[in-house]
Amino acid sequence: MEATVENNVNNGQPSPAQNVRSQPKIPESIKRNQKNNKKDKEPLLTKNDKGKIVRGTKGFLIGALKFVIIVGICYVILSPLITIVARSFFSDEDKYSPVVYLIPIHPTIEKYQIAIKTMGYWSVLIKSVILDLSLMLIQVLVCSMVGYGFARFEFKFKKLLFGCVIAMIVIPTHTIMLPLYMTFRNFFGANLHSTVVPIYLLTVFGVGLRSGLYIYIFVQFFRGLPKEIEEAAFVDGAGMWYTYFFIMLRNAVPSIITVAIFSVVWQYNDTFYANLFNVSDKIVISKNIVSLGGQVSNVYRIMDSEIVQLYTNAGVVLTLTPLLIFYIALQKQFVEGVERSGIVG
Amino acid sequence: MDNSSNNTAAVKSANGKKHLSLIQKRAVTGFLFVLPWFLGFLLFYIRSIFMTVQFSLSNVSLGDSKGYKTDWVGLKNYIYAFTEDPKFTQTLVSSIGDILIDVPLVIFFSLFMAILLNKKFKGRTVVRAIFFLPVILNAGAVLQCIETARAAVVSGSMSNVSTEIVTATTSATSGINLDYFLAIFEDLGLPAKLVTYIAGAASRIQDIITMSGVQIVIFIAALQSIPGSMYEVAQIEGATAYETFWKVTFPMVTPLIITNIVYTVVDSFATSEVIELARTTAFEGAKDYGLSSAMSLVSTFVICLILIVVCGLIQRKTFYYN
Repeated sequence: MEATVENNVNNGQPSPAQNVRSQPKIPESIKRNQKNNKKDKEPLLTKNDKGKIVRGTKGFLIGALKFVIIVGICYVILSPLITIVARSFFSDEDKYSPVVYLIPIHPTIEKYQIAIKTMGYWSVLIKSVILDLSLMLIQVLVCSMVGYGFARFEFKFKKLLFGCVIAMIVIPTHTIMLPLYMTFRNFFGANLHSTVVPIYLLTVFGVGLRSGLYIYIFVQFFRGLPKEIEEAAFVDGAGMWYTYFFIMLRNAVPSIITVAIFSVVWQYNDTFYANLFNVSDKIVISKNIVSLGGQVSNVYRIMDSEIVQLYTNAGVVLTLTPLLIFYIALQKQFVEGVERSGIVG
Repeated sequence: MDNSSNNTAAVKSANGKKHLSLIQKRAVTGFLFVLPWFLGFLLFYIRSIFMTVQFSLSNVSLGDSKGYKTDWVGLKNYIYAFTEDPKFTQTLVSSIGDILIDVPLVIFFSLFMAILLNKKFKGRTVVRAIFFLPVILNAGAVLQCIETARAAVVSGSMSNVSTEIVTATTSATSGINLDYFLAIFEDLGLPAKLVTYIAGAASRIQDIITMSGVQIVIFIAALQSIPGSMYEVAQIEGATAYETFWKVTFPMVTPLIITNIVYTVVDSFATSEVIELARTTAFEGAKDYGLSSAMSLVSTFVICLILIVVCGLIQRKTFYYN
């Protein structure tokens, strides 16, 4: 923590020392400068060089320490991923070969072929992506609308209602999972279980997966935008809905990107709602991957759990690849978006 | 303008509608903006919370294909959960304990990393992307898989160092006598509990990193919003790096510490064992919905209590710039 700030100060230090050297005869200089003065009576060049070397070594050591910490932690994060990817290419004999640690001797893509076949990969991937993208669009639209309402309009009980949004973030969904389960088991006479309708319904009404957080992000962001934009629009005769759709939404791109990425990623990974509403694992890929191991061992009569684990690894790689591509493509906008959007307030 | 608005007012009153001032109009529009969420909140949240309370006070049985039946049994479910259920109290206490232990670690770690990553250096975007990966990878099955992979990594390379640190029992396999090092720190006069706490934290570094993704990003954003002029002033006044951190950086990020604490607590609570216990009670085995509701209500109540106390305590010390 200190290290980073220290660099700042270090960079600044040479300037007072130089001042002293250029005007060494000023008697009114403050105590610290006098100290420096005394030191300067020694041969100037070597002293300066020494200081440079000391500073240089210090900077180098701090840099090296930072480098070690960052690389180390990156390794901690990446190592399981590397292992999973490597193991997904293992053949059965590699698994039990004592010399193989990461790089297989007999690499094979058989695990992938079987995993793709068992999962019905392409169909479940496409369905999953369609589900997540459509939910993301709804989330962005509904949550930004609600956020705009909270940020810019005054109405009765606004503070109380906003408190409810906060409560929604804080109270875990698990508290209300049973009532939700019951509600959609008999939703105006229809049993909506095993369909994706409940998830859509919850999202449309702004109480879907982590909607509270998204609303909060939008509220904070819209609060930060200058009011003049809307006043100008109003003077020019734009209605409040027009202002929202055509002016405010266009200005909200950073937070829209943030919410969109969060929404897609969390929805893609979510098994809670999928399990609760018993949605088929032919639609939700995160649920599919859980059952992959069992299915493979059933269909192909593989009893060895270590070998089954290899197939799961391949499945995990298959599941994660689209997510990683999506993330890598958008990560720059994302990190910047989080920084500029309202999370910080 | 006046005339026209009067005219519209007249038209509206002729239609039997009330004429609204601009402020009232804006209030109505604002409420319309919030309406979808409000309906959902009433229909799915408030109602559900009441239903949970009702369930927890009764014996719930599912009817045929639809509907359910509740029989009022008073506090029986709560009493059962606390006195007779073999796992509940133990799981509750251990989950809460875990959360309380994790929160300070996550906060310190993420603040530390945010400060480290805030500086410009080569490959910063890559490193940031890597640090945020755990958030992307937090799906159940993926986590399981990562868990086994990690176990394989640990057993392959370090022969269970982590478990040894936790139990602080040592064997010759790791090549390092951990008890010896821990004993050195204790001899230095550090309290034994602190030493085991830090050793335990070190062994769970992976969990802590995994939990800190969002927090790091939030802290980075907070750091970037600190005006650079403040650091300039500190520098001119001759503040050391240490002072600059405690007098400028830290106060400026304190408001975000509360946000991060809330986020960490809620996030780790959602994946804690007690929630899992409530879920299995409801959907597996005996399918005791009443008991499950009681469990979730009790744990939610405890968590909210902790949040209120912690935030209340920190809020007093928080510095608000504006």
